[in-house]
Amino acid sequence: MAVSLVDLVKHGYSGDDVPDDDLLRACVHCGMCLPTCPTYRLTGQEASSPRGRLWLMKSVADGRLDLLDPEFDEQMYQCLNCRACEAVCPSGVHYGPLVEAARSQLEQHRPRPLWQRVRRRAGLNFPFSRVSRMRAMVNGLRLYQRVGLSAALRKTGVLRLVRLETLEAMLPPIQEAPLVSGKESWNPPLVEDRIDLFNGCVMSTVFSNVNRATGRVLAHNNVATAVPATQQCCGALHVHSGMMDEARKLARINIDAFAGDGVSPIIVTAAGCGAALKEYGFLLKDDPNYADRAARFSGRVQDVTEYLAARDLVPPTHDVRATVTYQEPCHLAHAQRIIAQPRKLLAQVPGLEITEMKESSLCCGSAGIYNIIRKRMADDLGDRKAENVVATRADCVVTANPGCHMQLRTSLKRNGSEMPVRHIVEILDEAYGGPVVGSKATNA
Amino acid sequence: MDRQQLLEELERIVGHDGIRHRPVDLLVYEYDGSVDGAVDTAAPTAVVLPRSTDQVSAIVKLAKRADLPVVARGAGTGLSGGAVAQRGGIIVSLTRMDRVLDVNLLDRTALVEPGVINLELSDGVRDQGLFFAPDPSSQKACTIGGNVAENSGGPHCLKYGVTTNHILGLEIVLPNGEVIWTRTAQDGYGGLDLTAAVVGSEGMFGIVTKALVKLTPIPAATTVMLAAFGSLDDASRAVTSIIAAGNLPASLEMMDNLTIQAVEPAYHAGYPMDAAAVLLIESDGHPVEVAESVEEIEALCREAGATSLRSADTAAERDLLWKGRKMALAAMGRLAPNYYLHDTVVPRSRLPETLETVEAIARHHKLQIANVFHAGDGNLHPLMLFDRRKPGDVERILEASHDLIHECVRVGGMLSGEHGIGTEKRGYMTLVFSESDLRAMAGLKEAFDPDQRFNPEKVIPTGYMCGEVKQLHLQAMQQQHGIVPV
Repeated sequence: MAVSLVDLVKHGYSGDDVPDDDLLRACVHCGMCLPTCPTYRLTGQEASSPRGRLWLMKSVADGRLDLLDPEFDEQMYQCLNCRACEAVCPSGVHYGPLVEAARSQLEQHRPRPLWQRVRRRAGLNFPFSRVSRMRAMVNGLRLYQRVGLSAALRKTGVLRLVRLETLEAMLPPIQEAPLVSGKESWNPPLVEDRIDLFNGCVMSTVFSNVNRATGRVLAHNNVATAVPATQQCCGALHVHSGMMDEARKLARINIDAFAGDGVSPIIVTAAGCGAALKEYGFLLKDDPNYADRAARFSGRVQDVTEYLAARDLVPPTHDVRATVTYQEPCHLAHAQRIIAQPRKLLAQVPGLEITEMKESSLCCGSAGIYNIIRKRMADDLGDRKAENVVATRADCVVTANPGCHMQLRTSLKRNGSEMPVRHIVEILDEAYGGPVVGSKATNA
Repeated sequence: MDRQQLLEELERIVGHDGIRHRPVDLLVYEYDGSVDGAVDTAAPTAVVLPRSTDQVSAIVKLAKRADLPVVARGAGTGLSGGAVAQRGGIIVSLTRMDRVLDVNLLDRTALVEPGVINLELSDGVRDQGLFFAPDPSSQKACTIGGNVAENSGGPHCLKYGVTTNHILGLEIVLPNGEVIWTRTAQDGYGGLDLTAAVVGSEGMFGIVTKALVKLTPIPAATTVMLAAFGSLDDASRAVTSIIAAGNLPASLEMMDNLTIQAVEPAYHAGYPMDAAAVLLIESDGHPVEVAESVEEIEALCREAGATSLRSADTAAERDLLWKGRKMALAAMGRLAPNYYLHDTVVPRSRLPETLETVEAIARHHKLQIANVFHAGDGNLHPLMLFDRRKPGDVERILEASHDLIHECVRVGGMLSGEHGIGTEKRGYMTLVFSESDLRAMAGLKEAFDPDQRFNPEKVIPTGYMCGEVKQLHLQAMQQQHGIVPV
């Protein structure tokens, strides 16, 4: 016996990016994913679990549930796409590509009201499709922070009026001018390896200091860094929002930009970008002109921690006297399964103490733009994370992804903590005597 | 009571956020962890997510007034269909009752709500040198409430016992809505031991809303041995002689060659790829005691023809050896997309011939069957590998299951060591129990639940309950509540 929805089902999957049926049916609903899912942990309801969502996707495929049922939309987008479920799945279900395909189906078939379409274009597609636009915006924001407008505006309540206060509060102090691709490179006297740096849109602007620190740390390790000129945003946020065509456009641009010698490792400083770049092969598998090149491109991509941990690190020269705790970015720990490498690197920093937090691999609630569009769920996760971070009594929390970085900072602040947040590369940079940034005074 | 009125009253009890009732909401409560084909899916009338004992009691009283079945559900990881609402009705999901209410280090007990996750209970008291001993393979996800319902075991139940040995008392909402504590019998005040009756009752006697559980001290020393054998027969004989000599390892697990082929390339646990079988034997306790027993067990393994022996004392080495065992089911994906496993129990002395029978059944049905199981207590886990997309595969698996169960019962075995009967093995109950046995069970069920409201159509086969006419009535009620069988 089953619930009969058949009479009501009018819309099924069709067009591009239909969730792969074999992938879907690989789920045997054993339930081992449940405790790893942040939204299930918060709600306790089956529909908010990976197993429940896969069952809903299967139900659409079987014609038992309408693609346009509002609850289907709700569940596909309530998911943080943190992929913690994927890492523990005994059957090896590729959950990420499935939920992304389901979202693409919704975007193709679901008529969205005008204001939602405008918001998507303005908030997502506009800034994240051209790095130059992001750069212009961030330059403006940097000026805005510098002249003290930030504090002034916050007082007036104007931000709340235009519903930008969440975004504004998330933004950390922007420390350096944007790193423009093609304009800077690092060339140590002794070169053992050459890499191409993936600059990213948020990393090259809001966190340009981290990308520069990466260049310095790699140089200390006899690795030359180039930043290929014509690269763009990775398209991760588009994939997560079901905007596959836009994502494919960006992927093709990046594959061309990194054509170069075709073998140098492509090093990424943002876990979210890295996970997306490693999946270009899947994203473009049906594009006859790009499928092979995309697969080869993905094979070259490495997270900066993955790359450095695989080399024998040149021993750092400076003590970093601090206790840090490491927050695992979901797209590093779950999507890329990089768990030991960041800890291995931190353990090689002289003077540094590492203390593990509870639930270090549970999503902090950032999840790309999730913390902006689903603030309440994201805040609940952020509060839970802040509590676990503060409980370690560390001096600093370290992570490796800009979304987590900003979410940690906001969540800690909201919970009354001034603990600084830093990218793991900043710690390494300091251990090699690089500019000392992010001490409590400047980064709090 | 019509559907609208039912939903309104449920909402009054658990609030708007605590009830799920639209068809799309009910879809995801059609299943549990059971294998498709072995257990039918079925949707409930409504799902409620209470936060307190009082709410559970009010829900149960309402269900009685509405004359609807009640099915309790934890994480839904069960393998015998226990959490599926076969007859519709109200699913009471206990995932929001997930607090550890008290830990008493002096008495070594914990008072927990049913939705607490098994492994998280152990993790929470590990720093105090304690753990919750029952360790089913699903312990990362399954809940204490579910463990109580199924009387769950796990690799370490050989020495530490199954769930019932670790439950000191239960708060239960009875089918009439009354709340009782079963603690007194365990405290030694006499009286009938209701705790023992409720543990393993598969949700048929009431809903557990609190459990007082025993916590076990983490042993001072632990050694894991890996013994490889040239034949299943040698390995089985080693198992028998280890136990017969009076040893009580914490666990004694066997994996056959097919399992090793799946596991070793994936996890590099160090199992010899050419072994016909390996035994994973864990000995724990006082260091002196452990050293002695390791020596004796190794000698017995050699005597039985072990081709190689290794032992691990450090946590890292032990974890690696265990990883292969714990991930064995996961690694089966390397051999086939699906598997179906039974958990029949046979007397240890009959292991060698039973394993031969399993092999014969595999040959007969042209199946691959991997054996990875709790050898120490004769609890088999034959994993029948298949691909459900291939027409006929599911049917062959079900036929092979049928043969397997019959053969295990023939040598004096039982249907299930730890997965429960549910609907999955309900049809086999008459194989092992006499009519009088089953009537006695039905009598106990009726003492708790005269209306047959709690988890109907589970465990006890049709024909033994006096209230069975009611099932037709229940069916009619479902239709009235808007659930239409497809």
